[in-house]
Amino acid sequence: MTQSTDKLIIGGREFSSRLMVGTGKYASFEQTARALEVSGAQIITVAVRRVNLDRSKESLLDYIDLKKYTLLPNTAGCYTADDAVRTCRLAREAGMSDFVKLEVLGDEKTLFPDNEELLKAAKILVAEGFTVLPYCSDDVIVCKKLEDIGCAAVMPLGAPIGSGLGIRNPYNIRIILENVSVPVIVDAGVGSASDAAIAMELGCAGVLMNTAIAGAQDPIAMAEAMKLAVIAGRLSYKAGRIPRKLYANASSPLDGMIG
Amino acid sequence: MRIVLNGDSVETADGGTVGELLQQLGISRERVAVELNADIVPKVDYDRRPLSDSDKIEIVHFVGGG
Repeated sequence: MTQSTDKLIIGGREFSSRLMVGTGKYASFEQTARALEVSGAQIITVAVRRVNLDRSKESLLDYIDLKKYTLLPNTAGCYTADDAVRTCRLAREAGMSDFVKLEVLGDEKTLFPDNEELLKAAKILVAEGFTVLPYCSDDVIVCKKLEDIGCAAVMPLGAPIGSGLGIRNPYNIRIILENVSVPVIVDAGVGSASDAAIAMELGCAGVLMNTAIAGAQDPIAMAEAMKLAVIAGRLSYKAGRIPRKLYANASSPLDGMIG
Repeated sequence: MRIVLNGDSVETADGGTVGELLQQLGISRERVAVELNADIVPKVDYDRRPLSDSDKIEIVHFVGGG
């Protein structure tokens, strides 16, 4: 399996990068653009907000080559299905694309998903022709419901958004992987390159992150680390790891030892 | 007349359209979405959708986010 033939397909579109990155929390738009470039990501998330009526303010999109990236507008900050659906409709009108990262939050402190509202919003959006990528709990039942509704992927959290705690329940992610056929993308919780590699080694189709890169001491270096970790993790998964054994198994032959 | 623009009450010329408002504000129409009284205004309608007194307008765009 070479990288060039191992494509990620979401909503009928083909991507060679399995790392998706957010565009929030960077020190500047220049830094955002550079980190995106270095990360090799092809899908980038953006938020939908009121325009600043002060014309002197620059916009993120002035710095981003829209021919290179698929924008994935999010519904961050939405706590009801109605608000999330409204935001997606605005995003489609602004971006002229059907891709949305649907998140419906339940609580400000945990930013955990409100699964009931999430399912409600997903149903409406799928019916309206959106390509829905939902941020959800690492719960196979919710993921299966989202798949049944017609979501293009499921994006279970590895840990709370921005926490950097890593993949806290790899067994839940494995159960999800075994029971849904749409791409499973770990969204949220990644803190370091090894976390991203773990997600990929579990068999996830991709990883989505923002804070892990933007909040690193050197975001550009971390963007590269994440790019390599996702590639390495994917190759490692495809290569098939050795079983874990409790005792040693010598790598050098026992025959021919000097007497 | 007065309209509510992104949550703020502002004075604007009578009989203007959504397109004229955007132009007045110096906002490029390609990268925004406009909601008029909670309904999306498709871009093709910007120049023919008139604004009325007390209309609520939301103009949004993409910003950095995860």
